[in-house]
This record gives sequence, structure tokens and C-alpha cells, in this order.
Amino acid sequence: MSTYQEFIQQNEDRDGVRFSWNLWPSSRLEATRLVVPVSCLFTPLKERPDLPPVQYEPVLCSRANCKAVLNPLCQVDFRAKIWACNFCFQRNPFPPSYAGISEANQPAELMPQFSTIEYIVQRGTPAPLIFLYVVDTCLEEEDLQALKESLQMSLSLLPPNALVGLITFGRMVQVHELSCEGIAKSYVFRGTKDLSAKQIQEMLGLSKPMASGQQGRPVAPQDASAFCRFLQPVHRVDMNLTDLLGELQRDPWPVPQGKRPLRSTGVALSVAVGLLEGTFPNTGARVMLFIGGPPTQGPGMVVGDELKTPIRSWHDIQKDNARHLKKATKYYEALANRSAVNGHSIDIYACALDQTGLLEMKCLSNLTGGHIVMGDSFNTSLFKQTFQRVFSKDYNGDFRMAFGGVLEVKTSRELKVCGAIGPCVSLNAKGSSVSENVSERTFNINHNAPVPQGGRGAVQFVTQYQHSNTQRRIRVTTIARNWADAQSQIQHIESSFDQEAAAVLMARLGVFRAESEEGPDVLRWLDRQLIRLFMFHMRRSPFLQVFNNSPDESSYYRHHFVRQDLTQSLIMIQPILYSYSFYGPPEPVLLDSSSILPDRILLMDTFFQLVIFHGETIAQWRKAGYQEMAEYENFKQLLQAPLDDAQEILQTRFPMPRYVDTEHGGSQARFLLSKVNPSQTHNNLYAWGQETGAPILTDDVSLQVFMDHLKKLAVSSSA
Amino acid sequence: MSVCETEGLVKHRPLGSSTRTADTLTLLSYPGFRDELKMNVNQHTPLAAPYGQPQPGYVQPGYAPLDGGYPTSYMPYHGPAPAYQHGAPQQGYSPFTSFPSKAVAPNPVSDPSSPLDLGPARGPPSSAPPPVATGQPYNQYNQSQGDMQNGPPPMTQEPPRPAASQPYNSGAATLPGHQPSYPQHYGHPSTMQQVTNQMTGMQINSGPPTAAGPGYAPPYSSQPPVSSAYSAAPPPSYTQAPPPAVSSGSVQMAPPSVPPASQQQYYGGPPPQAFNPSLPPTTSQQQFTSAPPTSCQQPLPPSSYSSPMPPPSQAPPPLVSQPQQPFPPPQPAYSSAPPPPDSQAAFTSGPPPGAQVSFPPRAPPPSSLAGSFPPPGPPPSSAPSSQYPGSISPHQRPLPSHPSPYHSGPPPPRAQMPPTSMAQSNHLPPGPQGQQQPPLQPGMSAGYPAQQNGAFGQVRGPQPGYAGPYPGQPNYGAPAPAAPAQKRLDPDAIPSPQSSDMPAVQKSRHRIDPDAIPSPIQVIEDDKAKVNEPFTTGVRGQAPPLVTTSFQVKDQGNASPRFVRCTAYNMPCTSDMAKQSQVPLAAVIKPLATLPPDEAPPYLVDHGESGPIRCNRCKAYMCPYMQFIEGGRRFQCAFCSCVTEVPPHYFQHLDHTGKRVDCYERPELSLGSYEFLATVDYCKNNKLPQPPAFIFLIDVSYNAVKSGLVSIVCQELKILLDNLPRENPEADSVVRVGFVTYNKVLHFYNVKASLAQPQMLVVSDVADMFVPLLDGFLVNVAESRLVIESLLDQIPEMFADTRETETVFGPVIQAGLEALKAADCAGKLFVFHTSLPIAEAPGKLKNREDKKLVGTDKEKSLFQPQVSFYNTLAKECVAQGCCVDLFLFPNQYVDIATLGVVPVSTGGSVYKYTYFQAQSDQERFLNDLRRDVQKPVGFDAVMRVRTSTGIRATDFYGSFFMSNTTDVELAGLDCDKAVTVEFKHDDKLSEETGALMQCAVLYTTCSGQRRLRVHNMAVNCCSQLADLYRNCETDTIINFLSKYALRGILNNHTKAVRDTLINQCAQILACYRKNCASPSSAGQLILPECMKLLPVYLNCVLKSDVLLPGADISLDDRAYLRQLISCMDVSDTHVFFYPRLLPLMKLEGDSLPVAVRASEERLSKGGVYLMETGLHLFLWVGASVQQELLLNIFGTPSFSQIDSAMTNLPVLDNPFSKRLRELIDSFRAQRSRYMKLMVVKQEDRAELVFKHFLVEDKSSSGGASYVDFLCHMHKEIRQLLS
Repeated sequence: MSTYQEFIQQNEDRDGVRFSWNLWPSSRLEATRLVVPVSCLFTPLKERPDLPPVQYEPVLCSRANCKAVLNPLCQVDFRAKIWACNFCFQRNPFPPSYAGISEANQPAELMPQFSTIEYIVQRGTPAPLIFLYVVDTCLEEEDLQALKESLQMSLSLLPPNALVGLITFGRMVQVHELSCEGIAKSYVFRGTKDLSAKQIQEMLGLSKPMASGQQGRPVAPQDASAFCRFLQPVHRVDMNLTDLLGELQRDPWPVPQGKRPLRSTGVALSVAVGLLEGTFPNTGARVMLFIGGPPTQGPGMVVGDELKTPIRSWHDIQKDNARHLKKATKYYEALANRSAVNGHSIDIYACALDQTGLLEMKCLSNLTGGHIVMGDSFNTSLFKQTFQRVFSKDYNGDFRMAFGGVLEVKTSRELKVCGAIGPCVSLNAKGSSVSENVSERTFNINHNAPVPQGGRGAVQFVTQYQHSNTQRRIRVTTIARNWADAQSQIQHIESSFDQEAAAVLMARLGVFRAESEEGPDVLRWLDRQLIRLFMFHMRRSPFLQVFNNSPDESSYYRHHFVRQDLTQSLIMIQPILYSYSFYGPPEPVLLDSSSILPDRILLMDTFFQLVIFHGETIAQWRKAGYQEMAEYENFKQLLQAPLDDAQEILQTRFPMPRYVDTEHGGSQARFLLSKVNPSQTHNNLYAWGQETGAPILTDDVSLQVFMDHLKKLAVSSSA
Repeated sequence: MSVCETEGLVKHRPLGSSTRTADTLTLLSYPGFRDELKMNVNQHTPLAAPYGQPQPGYVQPGYAPLDGGYPTSYMPYHGPAPAYQHGAPQQGYSPFTSFPSKAVAPNPVSDPSSPLDLGPARGPPSSAPPPVATGQPYNQYNQSQGDMQNGPPPMTQEPPRPAASQPYNSGAATLPGHQPSYPQHYGHPSTMQQVTNQMTGMQINSGPPTAAGPGYAPPYSSQPPVSSAYSAAPPPSYTQAPPPAVSSGSVQMAPPSVPPASQQQYYGGPPPQAFNPSLPPTTSQQQFTSAPPTSCQQPLPPSSYSSPMPPPSQAPPPLVSQPQQPFPPPQPAYSSAPPPPDSQAAFTSGPPPGAQVSFPPRAPPPSSLAGSFPPPGPPPSSAPSSQYPGSISPHQRPLPSHPSPYHSGPPPPRAQMPPTSMAQSNHLPPGPQGQQQPPLQPGMSAGYPAQQNGAFGQVRGPQPGYAGPYPGQPNYGAPAPAAPAQKRLDPDAIPSPQSSDMPAVQKSRHRIDPDAIPSPIQVIEDDKAKVNEPFTTGVRGQAPPLVTTSFQVKDQGNASPRFVRCTAYNMPCTSDMAKQSQVPLAAVIKPLATLPPDEAPPYLVDHGESGPIRCNRCKAYMCPYMQFIEGGRRFQCAFCSCVTEVPPHYFQHLDHTGKRVDCYERPELSLGSYEFLATVDYCKNNKLPQPPAFIFLIDVSYNAVKSGLVSIVCQELKILLDNLPRENPEADSVVRVGFVTYNKVLHFYNVKASLAQPQMLVVSDVADMFVPLLDGFLVNVAESRLVIESLLDQIPEMFADTRETETVFGPVIQAGLEALKAADCAGKLFVFHTSLPIAEAPGKLKNREDKKLVGTDKEKSLFQPQVSFYNTLAKECVAQGCCVDLFLFPNQYVDIATLGVVPVSTGGSVYKYTYFQAQSDQERFLNDLRRDVQKPVGFDAVMRVRTSTGIRATDFYGSFFMSNTTDVELAGLDCDKAVTVEFKHDDKLSEETGALMQCAVLYTTCSGQRRLRVHNMAVNCCSQLADLYRNCETDTIINFLSKYALRGILNNHTKAVRDTLINQCAQILACYRKNCASPSSAGQLILPECMKLLPVYLNCVLKSDVLLPGADISLDDRAYLRQLISCMDVSDTHVFFYPRLLPLMKLEGDSLPVAVRASEERLSKGGVYLMETGLHLFLWVGASVQQELLLNIFGTPSFSQIDSAMTNLPVLDNPFSKRLRELIDSFRAQRSRYMKLMVVKQEDRAELVFKHFLVEDKSSSGGASYVDFLCHMHKEIRQLLS
């Protein structure tokens, strides 16, 4: 075996899993002492181009409460055609179709390299993908136009058989009927009235057909389209819908001076959820909500329509002064739960200069595996490209999205799942959790029972989902780790520690707590828990600090933090800073104010922002236009280098980061200045001398100070 | 009928056997007179004084009346006094007098002349002497009348009268009296006396009832008195009355004419002779060419009657001859008749039969009397003819000689014709003076002929001839006569032997001659004749011409009668008086009435930024009655006497009379009606209003689509949108439009101009209605034309396959209301709805139609809304200025009482098209819709009526909402809506200042301008009841009473409401009788001249479907009518309750044929009639109509080939057809709702519907005939007096 480093990397590539500890302590007590919990980051649908799905169904353990899937860790008696479940030890016969197996002729799922394997399930009729656009029309003309174009464009990206629907809202909520010829027809709901799903379905004339429908199973598409005029295959309504979108007007209700437009986001979502619930329960569907402002009326209202009342800030929230917060949050949570139960995910694309109520609405995406994208305007490439990237395709030409995923976690008897952090919602079943649209998750696995020495613990992730090509698939990942006695094998355990994974996991726990607890408490907890470089930046990150961030921004950052994979998460915690200069190739530099030098170009990637910062001298040169001169070709190349790198990052990242090109003294330089370690501030500027770096005007402590305190604290606490 | 007839027959025959028709006739008539019923329609003619001038005119006119003279005479009347005075007028008057009972009435002077007045009521009995004044002529008349009377009475009386002989005497006496009376009337302006005389004349002696009327008594004895009135018996009384009436002239106008006719007929014999003498040659001749029949004619008829058989035969011949002239036939009959007896003798002999004869002759005629006509249908026809013949015959005889007159008569006004005939007959008798007097009788007789003439050609023609001599008579008889004559005239009838039999029967029944009782036609014609120059409103307390008269108005300080009509133009000074008289004090105000092109619309006055100048205390607006004082620096309010400073910018010096120098430059100081430009203070929320919007809400449920309604509406809207109301015809209308369709859910449409295609927005949340969009829903037509057209094209397609049958209604109105609220403007909703809204939604209704409740105490609940939801909704609508017009297309019960709540409370209209079929109802619907969309309309209106101290507006009737007791709020107010306002005393009024009222309507025009329209009205006050009774307007009273009653049925048993009406009417008349009429026998029914039609009209009200439903009248129909009537103006109610029935046998020139009374007996089997009710238009085709007529009208020679389903006459290229279609078009143009033409063939099933509108007859639902009701009324009055 190679190094742990390699092992970890290999595991991640194969199974999408990173554990904080790769040797598990054998008792709960020991695990607790380890401080960092035994947990893992799991990417259920990690893209595996090298993993062709198998065309049959998985073999399940026959014990009713186990149902684990046959995996390479199982003991198999080829002669008796019997296998033993490695979770419950139940002995199961192979199904008849496995009659031909032998040691020489093993099915894929028994081979060790197939610790992750994907099955294609033929059960049921494949249901088409469903995309339901929920569009705010209270936008500026320019924004609306841009949004309309994006939406029209997106139609061409959808598979032809996908069902598409459109709901627009402003003061009223309109559900557009797409099937009719001639006159564009839509059903209108009052934006202030909370309707039950049943009422909505009745009003949309959808109440009857479901009677015959199979309970809990997707309805055949042809049937569905027959009775649901609101969701139609793209290929059929393409033209229609394009025209419809083209004719979308701004909300026709005049907005008096001093008022916000009335925006019935809550009811619109309720209608969307109700519509899907009534027509396509348990079918993969994506509700895409585009908003240009906060909900201002009806259920889910975040702020009133009086402009003189500003939308809630952290300050208001801390003072318990946010009138609508709890009610709205509760409302959206209820919606999110309904939606999750039915396997529908909700995306939020919020583009506005002010807050849009993401704080209240985040659960919609968080619980249903939807995206949240926040931007300043729909008329920016940030939104346009991000939105386009939602429909990006994998090597097979399928969307990088899956629907209606249900993730079950089976563990050896010694382990128990204590929870999951990620875009998922619990089914409240023992030891399992549900989610859809999975990308990243964090699991905490707690010990349940003492583990026998020398044994191996195993965890199996069974993810059922609807693939974007409408197939239903099951992906099974089975992982085993050795147990180790903390007393005798402490070094082993130590060496199995995955620093990065642990950092991210701890950060997520911190964020998870931050969501529910007061900020300072979380910081204190975190401080007590672990001390590592990451934590310094973590403390300063918007995930935990609300200062200078609106509640919406915090929600947005946290949302992404808990769902990106490890690498991205690390970037979020500690932004990467590259330095470009004539003195050599680009090099990563310390995220420190001392890195800010006049003759350097800095490229900072914070995941959410991509900042190119031209040093003072460089900026002057650029202003003087040297790069245009042939003799300064090298300067031109220098200027170009960070741009190219940034472009590369922009190409791949979702959501697309905010791209900032600035220079020394530029207003946008704040993005950089707020991230770097304030080793030089106005307080200590002269003490440090002026030879390098740029002072940061902040009262925050620098890493140096932090470390000093930390050391002190570590000593004193142990004492 | 049948029963009666049989009895009648029996009785009559005996009678007949004993004496000739003529005799009987006379007898009958006499008895009648004797009997109590004397209808004196006292014409207040005296009062008429206003017309007073006319007096002079009247006198002569009186004579003239019969002839074309009427018109002339009228003319004079109308004409200011001066005009009247003119000698010419006189002549004219005379004619008028006869007619214009009303007109006459007013003019005391005229009375004498006016045949009617004079004749019947007054003259006859007691007063005869008084009449004398007018006397001489009368006397002559009397004499003649005597004869004549014989004649007249005969008709009705005869039958009953058998005993009549006595009656005769009496009658004779009376008659004479009458005649004299007429004269009196005419001349007579003699007030009281005349009155009495008239009374006598009028006296429709209930005689029959009273045993007294020997003659009558016998026959009717049983019926006689009280019951009699109603019962057949009563008729006699009436008959008697009639005759008197006729003579009296009070009733006269109508009666006169008619009566005359009848009389003639009755008297037939005699009159004829008389007539013959005088008129004979000419008139009769023509008509009866055969007239020749030798005077006998008269006899003949009788004879014919007497010997039915013969007559028939004879008749035929006549017919033959008649062909040329309608009368001809009769003539033959007559001729035959004539031969028999001498004129009178013959008649008398005939009478027995004759009486019968005259009418009876051809059974029908008689029938006519009793209504027997109807039954006898065929016989009637024959009968009628026979009658006519009979009558004619009598007349004819006279006619023979008269004939020419008649002929000539025809030329003249139709009415005249009859009159002439009458006149003739009358004349005959009168011989000398006779003409006038004679006219009466002659009129009677002549009348018939005339009528005949009228029926056929137009008898009037003859009149001309007569005119000279008879004019006066014509007047008397003319009108009435005409009608009867026609019926009787039916030559056809004569021929048939049956008819002869029939006659007898008829005779028996009728005791009262329908022709002798006040005839609406006569009154109307008289009034028309009076008008020959514009009506100026400068004189306080002057009653305007009737609504049926076309006249020009010059505003000189009081509002035009087109805007305001009062029940009384002479209000009692004290509430005691008002209570005593029971005459309702009310005004019917039609604030936005459209004026004819030759009258300027109210001027717009702008008083600048401070707004209109008003009294500080009562807030009355500046008007001509404000008194400027202190050199013009202040003005004193005419209403509350408060003194207010004149704002500097409004100051003007006064001239030596105390008038402002600029008085005539300022409309508000010199006119009765004008408008102020309102300032922002008068606007809602102190914001100038937005232009209004029209929203079309179309039911697209299965029924609506299937019936073709949806596509029709959509198709039509495309055109209509170009014709939205606008103030400036040059500019585009600023009215915005919006569209909604609905069934169980609502579909709004976005038709914004920038869209390529309309968008539909479905709102299924009907429980909580809202408007889904604003911008794009209400659009400017010009801008969004393409989108709108595309929408209207697509709506029918979209719902072509709908299966949805349930509808909502409340949410539909809510939707429109919300849309207007959102747009912050007023507007109008046009709702096209088909069914009971049973879908789950606010305002959901259930079917509660239960015929078993009709007639019970619970009936009233059916007129009340089922749920209170709509009341609340209506209130909200009014607050927003949202007017709702509802077009209903029900196939079953839709509960109009409930659905109509909102339209009615918001000043909207309900239109109903039961069993709508695209083919047959499309035209009516579309025309209604067009008119409804295009008509001038104001929004968000508030009306306030201020009055001078002493009276107060206490009650308002119409389509509106009131949140307090003084402000009438109308979300919408269009040019057809009238509000009836009732006034009560709260103090004394003074005779000097009179009573003032000012109606101010604040509204938003269709272009969004806020205005105040002010109508001022001043009336006189009186301390004498007589003055009150002299200056009332019956049509307006009826308008008020009907609205009062229709409101009453919401809370009271229908029967109780009817009784209340009858009581009030009886009290009004009794009060008059007691306080204003000269003492006379209690048996006389004396009616004030200007209220002599009160009984007949009231009867119509009582018989209306709402108050007395027939079996086939649904609750919806009643509720619909109830709501419809609530906002009708006077002219609407007039024609609604008393339909206009025009004979179409001859259409010449531009003038209309003179209408005939709405009774089956007035219909000639050989004729074609056009009836207009304001809602329906019937073309009644007699079974034996001439081919030529058929060809002219229908283009087919055969009666059986007429397609009774046609709703429009074929376009044929002949003058008759053209003229007829023009006529129909002009009728339609006059009414706010399009009248679908129904062709009714005689004896067709559809005829039942038509007969329903023959309001003088007994109705199938149990309504009393005019004659019966008059008797009943008389009885009531007597009870009150005793």
C-alpha cells in the first residue's frame, strides 16, 4: 500500500468518499477523544466515466430491515450459490439469474474495483424530466429581457421529451397553459392567498385524472401530457413557449412611488409545488425560480411593500426585529418538505442589488437539492453563464443532474449514522436519509457498539435516483475501513487522519451550527474544537461571520459551502492567491497583506469571487498603455496570464464566480483586502516597516495574533 | 262570453222582436243614462283655461271636432290663448274639443264646444239646461242627439236596454243633455255645470246596475249595481255612462267620438236619419256608396240585425260594393237594413236586433261590446262588419247622404272621419245646429261609420266634408266612433248570417257602450290636435301636451317635459288638501333624456374655479328663481329664502325690474335646464375622474355557445366598438374596453396593443375574486384594434366544444367591479348571461320557482332577492360607479329578482331574451345591445332634488341606490332612465310663490368630465281642489301609481296592492265628485276631465302581468317587468300599459293612422293592425283581409301563406310596404328597446298573446274589461260618497 495520501486520493476518485479518519477507533469513548468525529464527505453521484452501469438490478439482502446490496465485501459460497450479507450476516441465496456464477465468473458487483457500481433499473415507465420555470415579472425591463432570452435559450438545451412549464408572478401568479393553440392562456391566482394543494389542483382543473393514477408512481408521460396542459414536452411547445416568453410583459400593475412592486413569490412557489405534486409526484422535476426582489405580499412575504421599511438585516434578526422572518421561513420549509417528498427540487436564481429573501427561502434549495445562484442582475454574464451551466452535459450527453434521489446508508452493526449535512432531507427512516440532486454530502457516523478487534467496519451507500436520461438507477458504494484500538494503535490512527477532510468536515459542522445558533457561540465552539490554519480563515469567512454580509449573502455562501466537494470547500475556507510577476512563473503566495506588492498581479479565487488585482506599478503601466507597444510584449503576456487562468476557472465552476478585474486603490480591491491576513494594518503599519505589502484598514486580528492567542489558550486549557 | 251571449241573445231577441233595433238602441242608451253610471268626465276643461283661450275656439271647434277639425281645433288649443281666441281656432277647436277630452278639458271654454265634454256628461241629464248655454247648438244636438242618442246608446245599451225605451226617454233627455253638455263643455267652459253636465254625460250610468235604469236594470238588473260594474251588468251602466259620457263629452273626447259612433249605431236609426239629413248625402254616400241603402241603412242595419239573415245577404252585397271602400259592405248591409225601416224605425226595429244590430248585427260587433266579439271571432268579424254595417247602416243611412261626408271624411284625419260620421249622425239629428250637436249623436252613429271608415280607409276622409257642419260632432264622436265604427264596420261581418245572430247576443251583454266611455284614443288625438306651436315652459303650472303628442319645447325657465313631468301642475297648498284629494304629488324626472334634434341640449355653464354658485344654506344651485337683491350684490334663495352674497366675479347689475342685466346671457338665469362644469370639489377623492370603461362579460357556457349567443356577441362587438359613446362626434371615444368570458371560472383577456395575440388569463378562484391584470385589460379601442379583433374572432372557436354548463354570476360582477376599482374609474359592465348561477361561488342561487306560491302571502318573497350577497355587491358597485347592464338569455328560471338586484341598484338595465334563438332573436338583441352601448350615459351620478319650503321629496322610484334619504346614487345614468319622485307636504305652500323643485344631477360624462345637470321646475299651488283637478296629468299619475304598486308587492300581498290602487283611485275620483262636480245624481259617474282616463289606465295597471299574473307568466317575467317598469318614463309607461293599436288599412302621407282602442271589438276581420307595447310589436292580420293588402305587405295573396314566424316584413317595392316599414322603423326608433315584430294571424294560436294586450277587454288572467272596471270604480266611488 502506498501512502495514506495516495490511498485517500484513490478512494476519492473511485468512490467519492473522504473520511476524516481512515482507521476507525474501536469504541465510542475513543472516538470522542479524537475530537474530530469519524465522518466522511461523500459525493454520491461522482462522475465516473470509467464506470459503465450494469443493466440489471442489484441483489439485495433478504432480511427485511437490512436490504443491503451484494458487494465485494460479502462472502460468497460459489458452490452453494449463497452469499452472506456483510452488514447483518444474513445468508442469502443468489437469484436464479446468477446460476452461472463461479469464482472465475463473477458478477461485477463482487469485484473489488467495483466497490462503486451503478445499476440500471427497468422498473416502471421512465418519466420525462420536468422543468418548471417560475418567473418573477417585477423586473426592470432590461433584466426581464435578459431573463427572457436566457429562458428561451434554455429551451434549446432541454431534451426534446422533457416536460416544461411556465409560471409567472408579480402581483398575481399566472400558470401558463401551453397546450392551446391561438390565444395564450393562463390561470391566475391571487398573490395574497395561500391555497392548499387540493385547491390549486381544482382551480387548475387537475383534480380528476389522478384518481386512476398509480399511487406513488410516476404517471406515464402520454397520460400526463393529456391531462396536464401546463407541462408539455419541449418539442411540442417549443415555438409556442418561445413566443410566450417573448411576449412576457413586466407585471402590469403600476408600482406607486415609494413602494416595492408586489411580488407573490410565496404563492407562486406554492402553486408550482402544488401543480407538480398533483401531476407528477415522485417524478424528477426541477422548479426553477427566478426572482428579482424579495417577496412582498402574501404568504412567504419577507418584507412589506413600503420602501421606507428596509428588508431585515442581521442586526434586525439579532434584535428579533424581523417581523416576517419566522413566518416566511416556516412557510418555505413546509413547501420544501412537500417538494422533497415528491422528489422535486427547487432552484433559486436571485438577481438583485438588494436582498431577495434568500435567508427565508434557502431551505427550498437546501432541502431539495436545488441550486442557489445569486447575482446583481439577470443581465450579467454571471447569471447567464451560470444558468447555462445548469444544463451542462456530461461525456454521455446527459445532464449533470439527477432527480428524486434516495440515499440509504447501511452500516456495520458497530456504526450508526447520526446525521447528514447537505442538500437533503431526512425520510425519518432509521439509518437512512433522502435527498436528490446530490453532489456532496457530509456524514457523521457515530459508533454504536464496541467493535471487535481487527475487524473491518463497512458502510454502504445506496443511492436510487432518476438519471437525467430518465432511467432509474441505483448506485451502490461500499466502503470498508479497519478498526484500530486507540490505545495501542494511536499512531496508526493519527497517520490515518485526513487533514483536509477533517478541516472541511469541521467547518461544515460549524456552519451547520451557525445556521441554528448564535454566531459567537459557534466561533467559541470551533475555537475549542480544533486549531489549524484553516480555522483562522474559517473564522473570518462569511460562513461564520455575518458582519459585512447581508443575511441573504450568508445564506448563499453557506448553501454552497455545505455542498461543494472537498477541494472547492477548501478554496472557500482559505482562498487561493496566485502571484504573477516578471520574476518567475505564477506562484501561490500567502493569503496575507504582505503579498500585495506594486509589481505583482494577484489572482485570488475565493470560489465566489475571482479577483485579479494589479499592483500599483503594474496598474500604472497598464494605464500608460505599455501593453500595446510591441517592445513590451512581455508585459502584455504578463497581463494576459492571470486572465487566462481565471478564464479556465470560470469555465468549470458552478456557480460561476463573480469576476473582478481591479487594481491597487480600485474600489473593487476590497474583495481582496477583506480576505487577506491583515498582517499589516493601520495599527502596526509602522512597526512592520514599509518595505512590503499593503496595510489593511481593519481591527481584525492577524494570523500572528491569532496563533499567539491560540498557543496560550492551548496551554492554559490543558493546565 | 258564451254564457253572456246566450243570455244576451235571449233577452235581446225578445226585445228585438218587440222593437226595431233602432228603438232598442235608443232605449238602451237611455236606460243607461238613467242609470247611475254616467260618466262625466268633467273636463276640467274649464280649468283648461290655460287652454282657456281655446274657449272661443272650442265652441266652434267643438263642432268641428268630429271632422278633421279636431286637429285644427287642437292646434288652437295648444296655441297660446291668443291662438285659441282666433276665430279659426274656434272651428278648429270645436273639432278638438270633441277629441281632446283632455285638451278640451283644460279649456273650459272649449268645453262647450268640445263635443265630448259637452255632449255626454254635462249636457245630458240634469245639466242639460246648463248646457243650454252652449246650448242652442246643443239643443239641436240634443234633439238630434235625442235621435242620435238613441243611436248611440243602442250600441251598448241597446242590448241590455231592451227596456231601454225608457232609457231612451231618459237617455234622450240625457242625450240631449249630453249634447248640450257637449256644447256646454265646449262652449262651456262652464265649469261646474258643465262638469255636472258632463257628469251626466259621462254618466256612464251604471244605470244598468241600478234597477233604476229600467231598461238596464232589467237586463243587468242582476249585475247592475255594484257587481254589475264588473259583471256584464256593469257594462250596461257603462254603456249608459258612455252614452252620457259621450254626450258629456267629458269622457267625450274619446267617448264622444266613440260614443257617437255607438250612439249612432244605437241610435243608428235615428241618428242616421238625423245625420242623413244633415250630413247624409255626402259622407254616407261615399262610404256607403250604397249609402243609398237609403236612409234605411240605419234601419237596415237594424233590420239586418233584426233579421240577421237578411242582413248577411245584404251585407254581402254591401261588401261587394264596399270592396272599393271598406264601408261599402256595410252599406249594403245598411242598404238592406235601411230599406226595412225608416232610418230610425228601421233601426229601432233593427235595434232589437238593431241594438244588437248595430253591433250585434254581426254578432261580433256586439261582442265587441261585451267583448263578445272575441269569442265570436268569426262571427265577430262578420258581426263587426255587420255591426259596422249596422252601425254603418245607420250611419250609412245617414251616411248615404253622409257618405260623401265620410268619404270626404277620410281625407281629413281619420279620427275626424269617424267623428264626421258621428257628426253626421249627430248632425242628422241635430240637423241644423246639429252639426255640432248632431255630431255627438251623429258622431255616435257617424262615429261608427267613421270608424268603419277609419278601419277601412279612414273614415275621416268624410269628415272633411262633415267637418264643416259636424266638425264639432266629429269631435265628439270622432275618436271613439272611429274605433267602434271600424269594428262594426267590418263589412265582412255583415254578410255572414251568423253575425246577425251574434249581434243579438252581443246586445244582450252590453249595457254600456264602450264607445261612450272615455276613450284614450280620443284623448290622445284631441291633444295632438291642440298642439300646433312649440310648448313654452315659461308659464308656471302649465301642463304640457301629452306624451303621445309630438311637440317642440322651448325652454323659458322650467325644465322641458322631456326631462320633468309632474302629476299635478297645481299642487295643493296644504297637506290636508293633498290628503283629501289623494292625488299623488310626484314628478317623473329623466335627467339625461335625449332631446329631438331641433331642441338644443342643455347649455354648459362654467362658473370658474370656485364652482357653481349656490345658496349658502340649502345648497341649491343658481337658477332663474333666485331673487337678486341689493343691487345684485346678494341673492335670495327661492327654495329656502336664505340670502347669499354674490361672488364678485359673478356680480352684475340689475335692471329696473330687478332682473340681472345679463339674465338672458346666462343659461342658469333664464333656462329650466342647464349644466354646470363641476370642479374638483365635486369629484370622488377630490381627483378629476378618469374616462370611464366598458367591460364586456360574456357567458361561454354550453347554453350560450349552443344558442349562438357567443358568436353573435363577439361578431357584433367588433362593430360596436367603433360606436362607443363620445361627446365630440369627431373624436375617438375615450372609453376604454375590457373583455371577460366566464362559465364556472372567469377568463380575462389581455389585449394590450403591443401583443401579437391576445392572452387569456383564467381565474378559477371565484370565491375570492380579483382582477389578474390591469395594464392590457382595459384598453383604448383604436390602439388595440387588431388584438381585440383577433380575440373576438377566437372566443367563439375556443369555446365551441365546451361542455361546461354551470355558471357563476356574483364573481362576474365582482370581477368587473374590481377591474374598475383597479383602474380607478367608473364604468359599465355588459353581462351576457344564460342561466341560474349554481356553480359553487359567492352569489350562488338555487331554483326557487314555485308556482304554488303565486297568490299566497309568500308570493312577495319571490320578488325579493334570494340572498343578500347581491345587495352588498350592488352597494360596492355604486360606490365605485360601476353600472351593470344585464342581458339574460334564459331557457328556464334564472331568478331575475335576484340577478337583477345589481343592475337595478346601479342604474343599469336588464334585458331578457327567453329561449334565445339566433335566428329570430338576434336582431332584437343586437339592436338593444347597440343602443345600450351607444346611448349617452353618465357615470357615478348623484341626484338630489331640492324643493321649496313646504314640500319635500320623500320617496324615489327607479333604478338606483340610496344610502340616505335624500341622495339618489346612480352608478350609471343613461338617457332612458327616469326617476319618479314623490313629494309630501311638510308645511304650507303659498299660491303666490308656487312650488319649486330643482333636480341636480352630478355625474361624469362619457369623456370623463364631471358635470352637474340642473333641472328646475315650478308649479302652481292652489287652495281649491278644483284647481288641482284641473291641472293633472293622468299619464304621470299612472306612472307613479304603477311604480308605487310595483314596489309595494315586495312587501305586501299582491291583492292588497291592487286594492290599494283601486282605493286610491276611487278616492281621487270621489273627492272630485264630492268637491268639484256640481251636484247630480249619485248614479252619475263624473270624472275630472284630465283624469277621465284614470280608470282605464289604472285597469291596465291592475291587469298587468306583474300585478295579475296569468298562468303562463313566469316569475321571471314578472320580476323582469317589475324592474323594467321601475325606471320607465311617462311615455314608456303609457304605451306599456295602454298599447298603441294602429289600423293599417290605409297608409297615406306622413301622418299616422289614428289609433284604435285596444279592444278586440275594434278589430276588423278585414284589416291589418299594428300594435306597439313598447316591448312588443304585433302585426295583426284579419282573417279576411283583402288580397291587395296582403300583397302590399307580405307579397303573398293568401292569408294562409303568411309566415307568422317572420320578424321583419319583406321589402316590397310598393308605397304601402315602404310606408309600413318606415312606420315600424320609426316606432322602434322611439323606444329604448327594440321591438321584435310578431305577425299574428287572426285565429292563430299566437293570437292569444296578442289578445293579452287588448287591454280594454277582459283578460284571460281575470282582469276586468274596461267597462267592467269602470262600473266597479263607479261603485267604489259611490260607496265613498255615501
